[in-house]
Amino acid sequence: MTAEETRAALASTFGVEVTSAPVMSVTVSPDRWEELGRFAKETLGCRFFSFLSAVDWKEQGLEVVAKVDNLDDNVSLLLKTRLGPGVTTCSSLTPVYRGADWMERECFDMFGIRFENHPDLRRILLEDTWEGHPLLKSYAVDTPHPPYR
Amino acid sequence: MALDPPVPIVPAPIWRNFKDLQEWEELHKTRPEGDKHSALFESITEGIHSFPGGFVVTTAADAFLNWARKSSVWPVTFGLACCAIEMMATFASRFDVERLGMVPWASPRHSDLMIVSGTVTIKMAPMLLRIYDQMPDPKWAVSMGSCANSGGPFRHGYHVVKGVDRVIPVDVYVPGCPPPPESLLNGLLLLQDQIAHFNKTGKKAPPNPKVD
Repeated sequence: MTAEETRAALASTFGVEVTSAPVMSVTVSPDRWEELGRFAKETLGCRFFSFLSAVDWKEQGLEVVAKVDNLDDNVSLLLKTRLGPGVTTCSSLTPVYRGADWMERECFDMFGIRFENHPDLRRILLEDTWEGHPLLKSYAVDTPHPPYR
Repeated sequence: MALDPPVPIVPAPIWRNFKDLQEWEELHKTRPEGDKHSALFESITEGIHSFPGGFVVTTAADAFLNWARKSSVWPVTFGLACCAIEMMATFASRFDVERLGMVPWASPRHSDLMIVSGTVTIKMAPMLLRIYDQMPDPKWAVSMGSCANSGGPFRHGYHVVKGVDRVIPVDVYVPGCPPPPESLLNGLLLLQDQIAHFNKTGKKAPPNPKVD
């Protein structure tokens, strides 16, 4: 499926605007997040899960970003969803893409986003006793952590 | 017309109010002195030293033991980050620390020296302390590079220990990012000089101008 066909399919199925510069990206509401992932994999042929991360927009809430690629037709697609202020739950993409497993664990570790239906949502980089989620803008780096900090 | 020479304006030492420095000084006030000798050995040598003329024995023993210690400092191979590459270069044939009696050894239980080469994260610090505790006394530690000295470029990050001296006592700090092998070699020579100046079989000597 070429880039134009991908864009047309996304616009007709989800009824949202698909931006094309600098990379083709689509923003959906959080309740259609898993549906978007399944559509991207099965219909659009974006079978390669590149990465998943999040952006902290402070009082506007968190935004989850994932990039999936169609390696056959050289199309890459950026999936976005705004969780809204104060919301820390999001549906998981792990049932669709197995590669999303560790990415979502890292996202939980750094941003504290609870991915529903994730099989094994634990911290992946920091130790289990760590308090807080350090990539949030509200995280205080100067918090004492004796004797190391 | 005579002109007054310009008076240099010295700014107030605002770094004294720096919170990190105060924390660091607090930490070093409470640090126990001397893991370089055993209490039994110290009591024996204290006994000999208190005899009339006993200092001849203890100073001769000092000289011999210090010579032996400084000539066979075995560093445990403990590489953490990019500084480890420079440490390996120091161990390799071009710089050749074996001529100083240093054999890079892969077990902390046979080693005398730990070269902390790289960034110490908060997650790694307990393991570092555990390896350090496995080394038999007397033991020494060299902090290599900016990260191990103070946290370096990652000092204000969320996961980095602000200097390995918050975890283990450090004898020689080698600056640089990373320090070249010549710099580390200089640090190791300073460490040997420091070892040679230990007094009374293990107690710390008066300040050595070359090191302190």
